[in-house]
Amino acid sequence: MPGQNETSVTLHGCKIHVLRGGAGAPLVYLHGAGGGGLWLPFMEDMSRKFTVLAPEHPGFGRSDTPDWLDGIHDLAMFYLDFLAAEKLDDVHLVGSSLGGWLAAEMAMFDSSRLATLTVIGSAGLFVPGVKKNDIFLWSAEETARNLFHDQAMAETAAKLAVDPAGEDARMKNRYITARLAWQPRFYDPLLMKWLKRVKLPTLVLWGENDALMPKEYAAAFKKRLPQAQLEIIPECGHVPQLEKKDLFTERLTRFIAEAGR
Amino acid sequence: MKFFFFHLMPYAHLDPDYDKEYSTDWLIYPNSNYDPKKGAKLYNRYLDEIEYADELGFDGVCVNEHHQTAYGMMPTPGVLAGALSRRTKHVKIAVLGRALPLLNNPLTVAEEYAILDNITEGRLVAGFVRGIGVEYHASGVNPTESHDRFHEAHDLILRAWTEPGPFAYEGKYYHLQYVNLWPRPYQQPHPPVWIPSQGSSETIRWAAAKERRYVYLQTFSPVTALFRYMDMYRDEARKAGYEASPDQLGWSITTYVADTDEQALKEAKPHIEFFVNKFLRMPMEMLLPPGYLSLSSMKGVMAAKTSLARKRTMEELIEQGQFICGSPATVRAKLESYQDRAGFNLLLPNLHFGTLPADLTRKNTELFAREVMPYLRNRLPDGAKAA
Repeated sequence: MPGQNETSVTLHGCKIHVLRGGAGAPLVYLHGAGGGGLWLPFMEDMSRKFTVLAPEHPGFGRSDTPDWLDGIHDLAMFYLDFLAAEKLDDVHLVGSSLGGWLAAEMAMFDSSRLATLTVIGSAGLFVPGVKKNDIFLWSAEETARNLFHDQAMAETAAKLAVDPAGEDARMKNRYITARLAWQPRFYDPLLMKWLKRVKLPTLVLWGENDALMPKEYAAAFKKRLPQAQLEIIPECGHVPQLEKKDLFTERLTRFIAEAGR
Repeated sequence: MKFFFFHLMPYAHLDPDYDKEYSTDWLIYPNSNYDPKKGAKLYNRYLDEIEYADELGFDGVCVNEHHQTAYGMMPTPGVLAGALSRRTKHVKIAVLGRALPLLNNPLTVAEEYAILDNITEGRLVAGFVRGIGVEYHASGVNPTESHDRFHEAHDLILRAWTEPGPFAYEGKYYHLQYVNLWPRPYQQPHPPVWIPSQGSSETIRWAAAKERRYVYLQTFSPVTALFRYMDMYRDEARKAGYEASPDQLGWSITTYVADTDEQALKEAKPHIEFFVNKFLRMPMEMLLPPGYLSLSSMKGVMAAKTSLARKRTMEELIEQGQFICGSPATVRAKLESYQDRAGFNLLLPNLHFGTLPADLTRKNTELFAREVMPYLRNRLPDGAKAA
């Protein structure tokens, strides 16, 4: 069942947009700070085996910005209730960057509806001594360019990032990203302490050349998650699901199969 | 018109070529470039300049707050105000900080202001600001919380000054089981509150509200913006059911006076251009972090400020009314016409700016005090005389 349909879900007074496609076990993809709302090629691939749900987070894109949204914990609680409201069980939860952070928070609080966890170039932790760039000092164009290792892809992204048509969504996404991640900068001290609670098969998947979340952060996730396996994608930036789509899809599918769920 | 001598205390030894390597002298410009020996001399020189304004008969003096920058060396303006509180005898001392949202405990400012007000026996003017966008980078405070933290901190400080303690305060950001301020402010019910801003309709509406009637100060902006925001304040006051007095409106304007127009322009040019092109230089991402302004204001300001990156000349600044420069007659005429159009009665001349050296600063201050102030002192908007 190729293709997808767009739906909306209202929960806790907040209406969000959700893309759905495919059939099979549920796979929920949580987008990063750049926003969601697009049915991406890797989602199409994954939808051949899974029911893919790709929500736009509260505060992002076309979803509402609820007044209760003060931090990442609010978002984690919202999505735990979203899984319940959608009656989703044995969920394969996949998150990229800020979405990976969110996925890890959800799993830390309550993993009863989850089968596996996959974090891609994920925020959420702090590694002393490893210099991280400050995306809040980058222009939209610089940020887009720095997502990719492949220079042709970087240039395409940089051009797209200054398209006036996307400006409202970009400013909205940037606002809510600051709301969630300004201080502490893209991490949560609670997650640092309690990520070890997560007893799920976990895939920590990282681009070797990630300029936003250096690969030392992948090791930090691995260290805290007893059941994690680490997958570093060579010659790849912050978003392997875009930059190395086929390899990404293959690794994720294999991980889920091996997890036996 | 009342006159408040305003000093920004820049690190005047800023390397003029710093911008070949750095996009700004704020936040990321390494503090290894600060030389404490030179800085110490500057602090003492600048304090002398402010104290001199007291001798010369200004109504007040102003200190300022910015963090992690060569632009201004007053991250903790209360310290400077404390030094001035004993050495000055007549002037009001206006602290045109404090950036309330940056505070972890707003009572520290309630206390600091109350002490200053006591030492000076009521000469303190209490400034409250949100701080410019870059302060949120420098402090780590979330800029999306800026407005809410400002309002909460303000309410807490005002209650601490005016309500009998101890009482408990539970806000969203501040939680205090005991609020019981010692000392209480000298001025009752509390020191006058001034709100400096570059022009935010939300701030103006809030300041003009009937229960506050705070003084609104327009800082470094073209006169078109000055006129618009002063009109806005009066409109808001009318909507709130009262007429705003000219004493509720102030303008901070960089000013240079010399014997002739020609001499003034010649002496001021390198220093005002250094101020605007070197000290003020800042990328948009620093100036406007996400959430500092509402999304709609942000779009407007970003469009308007794209010109900030461009080098500006003294002539442009004069043309736009961001700098007043000339003979005493020229300066008086400009101030009269701007006062008539904008309707303010408080003037905050920046008589030091950029790299202006001590001798020219002294001369400028003296000429302003002797050849400008006396002529305008009792003047109200539209040429009326104060009673």
